[in-house]
Amino acid sequence: MRSIVCIKRVPDSEARLRVAADGLAIESSGVKFSMNPYDEFALEEALRLKEQFGEGSVTAITVGPDDSRETLRSALAMGADEGVLLRSAGSYDGLAIARALADEITTREYDLVLFGKQAIDDDGMQVPAMVAQLLSLPCATVVVDLQIEGGIATAKREIEGGHEIVEFDLPGVVAAQKGLNEPRYPSLKGIMAAKRKPLDEKDIVLVEPKIELLTLTPPPARPEPQIVGEGADAVPELVRRLREEAKVL
Amino acid sequence: MADILAFAETRGGALRPVAGEVVATARKLADQMGGQVVAVVVGGPGSAEAASGLSRFGADRILVCEAESLSLYQPDAAVELLASVTESVAPGAILFPASAQGKDLAARVAARLDVALGSEATEIVLEDGNPVISRPMYGGKAYGRFRFLDSPALISIRPNVFPATVDPREAVVESLAPVDVSPRTRVVAVEAAERAALDVREAPVVVAGGRGLQDAGNWQLLEDLVDALGDEATLGASRAVVDAGWRPHSEQVGQTGKVVSPNLYFAVGISGAIQHLAGMRTAGVIVAVNKDAEAPIFGVANYGVVGDLFEVLPRLTEEIRAARRSGG
Ligand SMILES: Cc1cc2nc3c(=O)[nH]c(=O)nc-3n(C[C@H](O)[C@H](O)[C@H](O)COP(=O)(O)OP(=O)(O)OC[C@H]3O[C@@H](n4cnc5c(N)ncnc54)[C@H](O)[C@@H]3O)c2cc1C
Ligand SMILES: Nc1ncnc2c1ncn2[C@@H]1O[C@H](COP(=O)(O)O)[C@@H](O)[C@H]1O
Repeated sequence: MRSIVCIKRVPDSEARLRVAADGLAIESSGVKFSMNPYDEFALEEALRLKEQFGEGSVTAITVGPDDSRETLRSALAMGADEGVLLRSAGSYDGLAIARALADEITTREYDLVLFGKQAIDDDGMQVPAMVAQLLSLPCATVVVDLQIEGGIATAKREIEGGHEIVEFDLPGVVAAQKGLNEPRYPSLKGIMAAKRKPLDEKDIVLVEPKIELLTLTPPPARPEPQIVGEGADAVPELVRRLREEAKVL
Repeated sequence: MADILAFAETRGGALRPVAGEVVATARKLADQMGGQVVAVVVGGPGSAEAASGLSRFGADRILVCEAESLSLYQPDAAVELLASVTESVAPGAILFPASAQGKDLAARVAARLDVALGSEATEIVLEDGNPVISRPMYGGKAYGRFRFLDSPALISIRPNVFPATVDPREAVVESLAPVDVSPRTRVVAVEAAERAALDVREAPVVVAGGRGLQDAGNWQLLEDLVDALGDEATLGASRAVVDAGWRPHSEQVGQTGKVVSPNLYFAVGISGAIQHLAGMRTAGVIVAVNKDAEAPIFGVANYGVVGDLFEVLPRLTEEIRAARRSGG
């Protein structure tokens, strides 16, 4: 199984974030960055498929600034065979990113293109299906189970109140949701080996965005918290406030 | 002057609850932009009849593509249908629900039409005659305001945020012929969850439990509270209890679970880790029950009770039952 995995470097989910002075970005100094957690599920699935079929390759691709090299190295340490850095500034337009990825993917041979279901920075939830549409590939998003047999993929995707079973002929696109697998930690051997694996870098220019960020602001403040009281005795007062003050009961 | 397309999602020949929210939101936008609301419904038998109900939320035209083959979501057919409707209507914006189906479809349509998509909007306003959206980013740690530089503006709206305001029109229901596509992606079946409950993303009231419950067997306490709150309520969970195997992943709230915006959210025995807050900080009213007065969940809760949940919950269930009985 030859897989391409699209990964993104994002602020770690633990990170406390502040809006930068220009109001157009997150203050990145002092912030820890990691591989997007959903992309770890995608990468793990690609590694497992290669192991399962006993042959194939795993290529990790990212669009981003120089720092994204680090994220590719983590992917190589987990077990990817090669990394590709498409160096450019980011874009808030998911379609611009999708185009850059599609342009690169189309030059390669593959059976499967894997993504995370969502990047936890822009929370766009769009790049995977866009790439599929641009490349005229079948696609299943929010996938929690994937089986491949005889060139046909069967994916289970999460929907409200259940799952959809999606089938398609390879090659195709899958976007991973938590639950798909348990990503491995890179071994020391993996980390050492990663240093010798190929990491290709090229400068690219993204297409002009069709959406523009006007301002980035902290989330609207929540009302001042109130501690109603302690223990079960506080319950009548809580219920009273929920009815009379908040009017939600 | 521009019309607004509203993708009204169906399942099993019935409208999904978010359909009303999407059409009502389109109505507001159309009134400001001086155009019509054109609802698009794609689904299996029964969809046309269900679709006529969209006039209640302000649809002027209702375009329905009903076919046996569309009983389950068929993305390739849906994309081509929307592309052809877009060509004939030339809308200023297309609204989708930010549901599993809506998000999948919206991204495909954006690529098909070569326009940008703004996902999970929580606010839409008009500036200089064009839609500007606000949407949570970075797991809700920041909000972005975006303007579209091309038309139509594709927007998916977060469930439970925009009201399904009733604003009836005399709508015309027109039928759309299915477009002929050979499907690349085939949805072959839907498996319903064991509990046919409301999805945590769409329920107006969520009762979420965390590691403080100590054991999967103790969930009866939360189920009793859900029961007392009525059929608008459903269960949620922290990642700790999902990872422990006490609850299914479909109930997980947070950065690697679902983002919810109910009117009322109970966080019981949940500490309030930053990744959990990412999933629920936009809830209307948050109630926290935790024995640790220092737990970060109290920092976002409108109302907190410090105490042992095993004492507080039964009492809460009892008092809420009583309150609702007395006509609350
Ligand atoms: C990449 C990443 C993604 C993550 N995504 C998510 C996510 O999507 N959702 C999520 O929830 N977490 C997520 N987490 C995990 C998160 O960091 C926390 O570990 C998790 O939310 C903790 O769950 P909890 O609050 O149930 O448990 P704990 O933090 O253990 O809290 C239990 C709470 O119960 C209270 N308690 C105990 N006994 C009682 C009692 N008898 N009565 C009352 N209170 C009691 C305690 O005081 C404590 O506050 C993620 C973590 C990472 C690294
Ligand atoms: N800059 C990028 N480089 C590589 N892959 C990306 C990039 N942005 C998004 N992706 C992929 O697309 C998925 C969904 O991202 P998004 O649509 O932005 O939420 C991510 O989980 C990645 O797999």
